[in-house]
Amino acid sequence: MTDTRDADTRDADTTDTDTPAPLAMSASGITIRFGGLVAIGNVDFTIPERGIVSLIGPNGAGKTTFFNVLTGLYRPSNGRVLLGSKDVTGMSPHKVASLGLARTFQNIRLFNLMTAEENVLVGMHSRMRSGIVRTVLRTPGQRREEREGREFARELLEFVGIGAVAQELSRNLSYGDQRRLEVARALALRPRVLLLDEPTAGMNPQESARFVEFVHRVRDERGVSILLIEHDMSVVMRVSERVTVLDRGEKIAEGPPEEIKSDERVIEAYLGKTGTHGYGEDE
Amino acid sequence: MATTAAPATDTRVKNGDGTGRGGGDGAGVRRRHRLGDRIWPLGFALAAVLVFVLYQWILPQAPAGVSDFFQTWLPMSTINQCVIWATMAVGLNVVVGYAGLLDLGYVAFWAIGGYVAGWLMSGFFGQWQINFFGHPAPGQESGIHLSFWLVLPLAGLFCALWGVIIGAPTLRLKSDYLALVTLGFGEIIPEVFKNGENINGFNLSNGVKGITPLDPISTGPFAYLGVPEELGPFDETWKFVIYVLIATFAVFVSLRIREGRLGRAWLAIREDELAASMMGVPLMRTKLAAYAVGAFIGGIGGVAYASAVGGVAAEDFAFSSSIILLAMVVLGGMGNVWGVMLGALVLQWINSNGLAKAGEAINQAVGKDLNFPSYNFLVFGAILILMMLFRREGLLPETRTRQVLREPDRGGAEPADAELEGERR
Ligand SMILES: Nc1ncnc2c1ncn2[C@@H]1O[C@H](COP(=O)(O)OP(=O)(O)O)[C@@H](O)[C@H]1O
Ligand SMILES: [Mg+2]
Repeated sequence: MTDTRDADTRDADTTDTDTPAPLAMSASGITIRFGGLVAIGNVDFTIPERGIVSLIGPNGAGKTTFFNVLTGLYRPSNGRVLLGSKDVTGMSPHKVASLGLARTFQNIRLFNLMTAEENVLVGMHSRMRSGIVRTVLRTPGQRREEREGREFARELLEFVGIGAVAQELSRNLSYGDQRRLEVARALALRPRVLLLDEPTAGMNPQESARFVEFVHRVRDERGVSILLIEHDMSVVMRVSERVTVLDRGEKIAEGPPEEIKSDERVIEAYLGKTGTHGYGEDE
Repeated sequence: MATTAAPATDTRVKNGDGTGRGGGDGAGVRRRHRLGDRIWPLGFALAAVLVFVLYQWILPQAPAGVSDFFQTWLPMSTINQCVIWATMAVGLNVVVGYAGLLDLGYVAFWAIGGYVAGWLMSGFFGQWQINFFGHPAPGQESGIHLSFWLVLPLAGLFCALWGVIIGAPTLRLKSDYLALVTLGFGEIIPEVFKNGENINGFNLSNGVKGITPLDPISTGPFAYLGVPEELGPFDETWKFVIYVLIATFAVFVSLRIREGRLGRAWLAIREDELAASMMGVPLMRTKLAAYAVGAFIGGIGGVAYASAVGGVAAEDFAFSSSIILLAMVVLGGMGNVWGVMLGALVLQWINSNGLAKAGEAINQAVGKDLNFPSYNFLVFGAILILMMLFRREGLLPETRTRQVLREPDRGGAEPADAELEGERR
């Protein structure tokens, strides 16, 4: 996939219609303040169609906050968010989600008292149609929709490798399976863009390595564009086509992984924060 | 990320509250669930038939001692009250148990449903004369007289509309504030009826006198099968059949919705509102739907109540009724309709008859003169406290909830979970 080129050209003018590479999502001039704190300051960001890009930065840099702007949870003080060519700035989260933006959470947020299959079915909510009357009467259309929904849920659970536990309550799944279930639930939206917030948190190195393959498989077989927040540098370097670095709400670097690795400001941002967490262990 | 082996089958969860799922599990597992799933509906139907046969045909022929015993401890009117309260509790369960929205003013829907029955099934609006399959008492032909069977859905829809009207501005509130607003609504509506005898010259509710008498219930084609053509104040056993049908409808509707798309969305919102919205579930619409369905059931329950007592009076709809209904839901097992039914039947029996009669018996035995029914709320409170201490999940909890509340704490085994709790508001 093309990577840095389109990001650079896009900086100039976001309303430009003849973008060089198709973009799955783009955000321009995003600023968000919490009281006096500027959590995100004038950040431009793009996700190329079927690309895999990552967002890194020290703890508290504003990565999750940026996700929350993209998904509609926070309304930016400034800036615009486009999903495809649709302006989704300030739309409510469920609307943005149904337009094709799915996410997982840094701290797993499954529906604990629902089975894995039901969790995935919730992700299909916006695609299903049956209302109260059709559900009470169990019309043939409603039954077909339910059956097809369950089939698709099965397919997704198999896809992420947890088909065997479809009927388990999600709270009883192992940690790794819960992470996979979150991905399956997100894919149930048939999203155009998938946001993964620190998906390898809590995984050991082998699991993380397998996760890299998994992300590629998700992109290739499900046709989604992926943005991940990641703290494990080895994962970031292997999985990303482009890396964006945030520090204190500012974009300080952007480019292919090899470039980012040797970027002065990035190293400084991480080294300047030694002791906060285990960052930089890969450098 | 190895896939764990499936834990024992008993941790699996049934779909909805009781009906089996046609999923692809082993046939043995499925069959066992099927049987378990059917026990409650079958038991409920069987109990209803037994009660009807007993009161309609056996007791009238039974020796005086036997029929006196039933008259004292479990008269038909009490059973009817129990079934009607159970209907109402099942409706409240949709809001509280399914969607997890605390509603402290559910009695408002009950009142509105009751007054719809009063308006449409009596001679109250003497200025009009409308009769649509109604059965006005002789000499009461003026007023609006619609068939009971038409009034049921009308009252349900009217209440659902009110559910949406109060829900739309308030459901955005955090749950504590929502509870307060519903509380206010539950107080205001009965007050409006209590003072509604002269609204710019229009008599809406007949004030404290209430609307009475109500038309009898017409039985239509069933009259050919030996059912009385009209069910008045004395046809309690036949009315019992009707109230059971209404309760069954409420249960059926809740179970069916629970199993479908909307029910899953309710559960998801109850579990994690933020995650649900990020998965494309519209929070407002979904919560409003819970309000509307709950209000619909409350409305038909209100019609049933009005027809059982033969009228409506504003003072019947007190705050305490909302709380009793909530207690029924909690006692029975939030989220599980059968548990809620059971809780409602037991509590309403204590409320309307059990405590009074038990009190009389105790007074006689010990030669005292205590007014037991006045300790009603003391008993309710004690039951609730005991439940919270020893059986938090209710008499008959939802399968999924039972697991959580019965399980010993998993301690620090799951750091991710602990972190999650911290993250949530
Ligand atoms: N809802 C909020 N209100 C106030 N401050 C917030 C809120 N959410 C995040 N912040 C602050 O914004 C900054 C960025 O946080 P976050 O996006 O979680 O960082 P990251 O995900 O990069 O570790 C932090 O200083 C955090 O305290
Ligand atoms: Mg974060």
